[in-house]
Formats: sequence, C-alpha cells, structure tokens
Amino acid sequence: MIRTPLQVWGAPIVLGILTTIGLISALLGDGIWDAVSAVALGIPCLLGFWFGMRRTPAQRSAL
Amino acid sequence: MSPVSLRRWGWIHKWSSLICTIFMLLLCLTGLPLIYHHEIGHLLGTEVEPPVLSSPMPQGNVDAVIASAKELYPAKKPMFISQEADVPEIWNVTLADHMHDPNYKPIAVDARTTKVITEPAFEGGVFMSTMLALHVDLFMGLPGMLFLGFMALLLLVAIVSGVVLYAPFMRKLDFGTVRKERSARLKWLDMHNMLGIVTLVWLFVVGGTGMINTWADLMYKYYQKNELAQILKQYEGKKPLPHTASVHDAIETAKAALPGMRVAFVAFPGTDFSSEHHYGIYMNGNEAFSSRMYRPVLIDANTGQLTDAPVLPWYLKALLVSQPLHFGDYGGQAMKLLWALLDIATIILLGTGLYLWLKRGKTGNATTKVAAHAHPHPHPIPSTHTLTGKRP
Repeated sequence: MIRTPLQVWGAPIVLGILTTIGLISALLGDGIWDAVSAVALGIPCLLGFWFGMRRTPAQRSAL
Repeated sequence: MSPVSLRRWGWIHKWSSLICTIFMLLLCLTGLPLIYHHEIGHLLGTEVEPPVLSSPMPQGNVDAVIASAKELYPAKKPMFISQEADVPEIWNVTLADHMHDPNYKPIAVDARTTKVITEPAFEGGVFMSTMLALHVDLFMGLPGMLFLGFMALLLLVAIVSGVVLYAPFMRKLDFGTVRKERSARLKWLDMHNMLGIVTLVWLFVVGGTGMINTWADLMYKYYQKNELAQILKQYEGKKPLPHTASVHDAIETAKAALPGMRVAFVAFPGTDFSSEHHYGIYMNGNEAFSSRMYRPVLIDANTGQLTDAPVLPWYLKALLVSQPLHFGDYGGQAMKLLWALLDIATIILLGTGLYLWLKRGKTGNATTKVAAHAHPHPHPIPSTHTLTGKRP
C-alpha cells in the first residue's frame, strides 16, 4: 500500500513542532517553561528510543 | 520524484555528509562532556567553590579585588572580570599581556573579602580544555573555527537533502518502521531514516546555531568597526589616556544607568568587547530570556563618565540567542540529559550513514528488490544505491 503524503509526513511534522516548542519554551521562562521544554523534547527522544529498540516492528509493507 | 532528481539529491546527500561526518563525530563526542562541564568540574575539583565565611559579608570593593589578583602577576594587565549569576561570591579575574595572550591567567577572587581564593585549573583542566579546543577550533584559532563552521553548513545541506530523500524511502513503510529481520543493511538504513527524521529539528537547530557561533569573533570585530565606531566618534584619533578611573565606581555608574540589571562581566580597554578608551560593563537581567540579552555600558576609563549604553545590533542579539540553543544549558538538568541523548542519537545517525556508504553494493539484495519492484510505478521506491552512486 502506497502511503499518502499526509501519512508519510504527519508524524515528522508533529515531532518537528514538538521539538520547536521544546527548544523555545525554556528560553522564555523558568519553572513551568522548563518543564514544557522537557516534555516536548522528551517525546521525540522517547519515540526514537522506542522505534530503535522494539523487537517486532509493525511491518505492513506491500512487499 | 523523478529518478533523475532522486539521483541528484542522493548525490548531494552522499557528498555533503561524507565530507562532514568525521568532523561531526568529533563534535558529538567532544560536545558530550561539554554539556556536563559544570558537573565534571565539580567532580575533578576544578570548579572553584566560594569559601564559607564565619559571618556574612557584603560585596567588597572591585578595585581591591583586581589589585589582589594583580599582586600575583604584576606585569600582566586585567582583561576581563566576570561574576556568575548563581555565584556572586566570586569574581573571576583574567590577567594577560594582551587580548590574545595564550598565557593568560585566570584568578578567582573572593568578592567579599577581596582576597585571592585560587588560580583555577587552566580552562577547567587538561581534559576539558582539550575537549573544548577540539570542539571549537581544532587548536587552530579562527581558521579552525571557520572550518568547523563550514562543516556545520555541510551538515545542514545533508539534513535538508536527507529530508527530501525521506519521503520516497517511506512510501511503503509506517512511520518508525525498522525492519530488523531481513538484512543488517536494511536494518541500519531504516534506523538511519528513523533517527534522522526524529532528531531533524533539534539537529538542524544545534548545527545551525553552532555555525553561527563560529562567526562570533567576526561579528564582534564588525561591531567594533561599525556601530561601536559610530558611538565612539568623539574619541576618533585620540590617544588613550591612562586608565585611572575606578572600576568599582564604573560598575556603580552602569548599575544606575540600567536599573534592575546585574553585572555579568567587565571588559577592559584593549579587548574585543570594549574600546581603547573604555571599560565595557556588560549587564544582563535575571530572568530566563533577559539573562541572555547582554547590554554593554561604556564608561570612559580615564574620567569614569558614562559614554553610552547602546542596544546591541540584531546580529549580536542573534548570536546571543544562538548560544543557549547550541549549548542546551537553559532548561535545567532535564534538558541537559535530553541534549546528551539527542547527541548520542546523532552519533548513531552518523555511524549508520557511514556504514551504509561503506557497505554500498554489497549484500544489496533486499534493497535491489525494492527498487526493481517499484520501477514500473511512477514514484519509484529508491534503493540505497541511489545514495552511494552504484547502479544495482
């Protein structure tokens, strides 16, 4: 099954926005702003770790 | 994407990343300890701790602080004095023969008693100073710095071309798929694509701000020759008079000029941050953003009169914002940890990229099949041969 552009780019765009929020938030303030940064930057980190380490990939390739 | 443009982007991605990879690996490895330089300094004992006084004392006279430091090296001149926001008990005094004296002397002086505490390990000791030099300029000064800046530019090109190539590779895969059961090559290709897209924005920002940081010296020089020269027009062609004005009073004058701000550092005449005639008193705020936005107050080093408190031009402001975005030092311990993890992810990204290039053309069965399979389709799924330049 060929993925639509939205299927290909949906997750990368969401992660990109999260990373951007994470990078900017802590610049603007301390306390809660730092916490927002940690969460927003932490999600792409966790996902990368999860996709890299998981044993059985959800393989639904048409091949 | 047509096969021709796919091949072109593949060529761009291959060469931009091949050239910069070895330097990026070095920058990632040396950057890792730099994220934790404070913690490592504490561990190694190179971080200076303020002495505990029997009774609390107010801040002493800054001129006495400088005099105490100079007693150790009477032939050298003060270049900078600085005070960290969370350690107001210490003035870090830098003595040197001139601005670029390699044998400059850092001296920690107690801000309250005005007595010398210690001569801290040079740039945090051998290990940290080596890490820093390898990270900043490869021991080669400005040329080394600009070279690494160019490598950072190549990294940005590699990132952009990598994003362009991402879509055709992912046409038949779910986001985050890493096919581990087929071949090592396919596994590391998927890992490379996954880590690349997950770290995309972070790596682009850290790479881009790293590149901007390599231009810092040039920006200061430009500022001195242009905006600062305009401000100091009345001093043009005049010989500098003896620097007899009190630094302590100059700091008080600067504080009165910019109420609510604190002194971060003082640059003495003859440094890149002041003029031949001035003390440059650099003030900053105490909130997250304002603590990064330095504002210089120029005090005549002879008369002690305030000359100006200029707002920095846009490019120096951009430099000041790009520094925390590169260092990752603005969001506490959680951010430092994430910076370290993303740094390690980048090392894997670089390593897998290198692996895919080294293993080009060998054991390419799976990927060749993908390419052959997809050929009749208007949007072919590329093989990694597109990137390594060998036709399947």
